[in-house]
Order: sequence, then structure tokens, then C-alpha cells
Amino acid sequence: MHVVYPVVVAALLFSIGVYGVLARRNTILVLMSVELMLNAVNLNLVAFDVWLRDVLHGGQVLTLFVIVIAAAEVGIGLAIVLAVYRNRRTIDLDRLRELGEPVEPPVGDRG
Amino acid sequence: MSPGLWPPSAQEVVFLLLGVVAVGAALLVVTTRQLVHAALWLVACFGALAGCYLVLTAEFVAWVQVLIYVGAVVVLLLFGIMLTRAPIGRSADLDSGNRVVALVVAVATAGVLVSVVVAGFREAYAPLRPGDGAAQTMGGAIFRNWVLPFEALSVLLLAALIGAIVLSRTDIKAVE
Repeated sequence: MHVVYPVVVAALLFSIGVYGVLARRNTILVLMSVELMLNAVNLNLVAFDVWLRDVLHGGQVLTLFVIVIAAAEVGIGLAIVLAVYRNRRTIDLDRLRELGEPVEPPVGDRG
Repeated sequence: MSPGLWPPSAQEVVFLLLGVVAVGAALLVVTTRQLVHAALWLVACFGALAGCYLVLTAEFVAWVQVLIYVGAVVVLLLFGIMLTRAPIGRSADLDSGNRVVALVVAVATAGVLVSVVVAGFREAYAPLRPGDGAAQTMGGAIFRNWVLPFEALSVLLLAALIGAIVLSRTDIKAVE
């Protein structure tokens, strides 16, 4: 197995995940795109573990750890999304602007 | 001496087919107009990736991928879709306004990454040896060399569990 095949597939998956994170508006779809990026990293880890023949099997063990961390991340992320939905009745990222700078700062408030 | 890139071996052909399925399903995840379909395409993508792991002789990782990603993570995401009362049918506003910028950034990322890895790993060849990722080998590696991170991860999972419960409880009021 040439290493270049899995690595190129992983690179394509990662950039698809980047597109999803930047272009999607629904928070759950953004979480799905983050999962795509994590999976791309996993594929890289497995491919390099097979290539380098690590005695400690570091690549595959780290892949398992990344999968576990991704599961924890999705659990917490969905709990946060549900809390936001309860309070705001929306999970559109464009509409959650409470922490952003106001677009037009009020006059006389620059001091 | 590694064989040339062309013609690909049978394993590489199988891997490339699964990789095409994974990338195509991932593209549909980020472009589909229906929220539930995105979750189902995610299942296809993760399943094809599990097949990729199998071809790469990482059996245990492949089954964990099927169990946790296809089994647990996608079901959690579907729960999230249902609980936020997302529209089941086609919805028009799943993409934000900066789609063009996102497309430019993603294409630039893909270009940089693919050109760099092709330039860097064109000669690299990994002969596949069955049994390297079997449950016995992986169990030995985890419980011999990686015990401390493994235990730390179980504490992390417990913390995530408690955090998710606390975050989704509705009967905790702010202190007056």
C-alpha cells in the first residue's frame, strides 16, 4: 500500500470538513463537519502507524483515543447546543451574535 | 524496493474505491439540503472509512469506528436534530452567507495539503502485514504501554458525562 493514497484521501476529507465548518449555518451540521476533520486525522494516524511500524503501536492507540475524545466532544457539544436552543429558540450560528462587537458603535461611546 | 504507483495493487484498488465512497459521502454531508440526510450520509462516510481501516490491517480500530462513530455519535447527532425541532424536509437556510469564502478556503487547503503530501510521500511504501491491528496486539499495546493515558481518558469520559447531564438539566436555577 502506497502511503500517498490514504494520506491524499485524508487531506481531501479534512478540506471538506473545513468547508463544512465555514459554510454551514446549523450548529449540528458544523459538529458533523468537525467529526469529518477528526476522521481525516484518524486515517492519517492509522496510515502512518502501518508505514512506520511503531513498536508501541502509537498511531492506532492514538486513533482509539481520538475516537473516544470525539465521542465526549459530541456529547458535550450537543448538550451545549440544546441549552442554546432552550434559551434562544434557534441554533443558527449567524443569529447568535450576543458576544460579537456591535456592528454600528453608538456615537459618543468611544471614550 | 517499492513497486511503482501504477498499476495499483488489488488492495490499493479496494482502498481507492472505499476512499472515493468516503469522500463522496463527505461532500454530500456538507452540501445536502436536508438535515437528516446529512446524518445518514455521515453513516456512509464513516462506514467507508471503517473499510479503509480494514484494508490497512487496523481491524480493531475499524470495529471501534463502527461501534462508536456509526453506532453512538451519529445516533447522538440524530437526537440533537430531533430535539432542536429541525425541519425534516428540505430547508433553504442551512448554508450561511459566506459560502464562497468557505469554498475558496477549502479549495486552497486541499491544494496545499494534497500537493505537500504528494511531494513528501510519493516514494513511501508500507507493506501490509495481517494481524498488526488485531485485538490481541492492540490490547497488549494499550494495557502495557498506554495504561496511564487510557485511565486519564476514562476520567475524561466521566467528566464529559457529568458535564452533559448538568448542561441539559432544566431544573437548576440561577442563584438569586
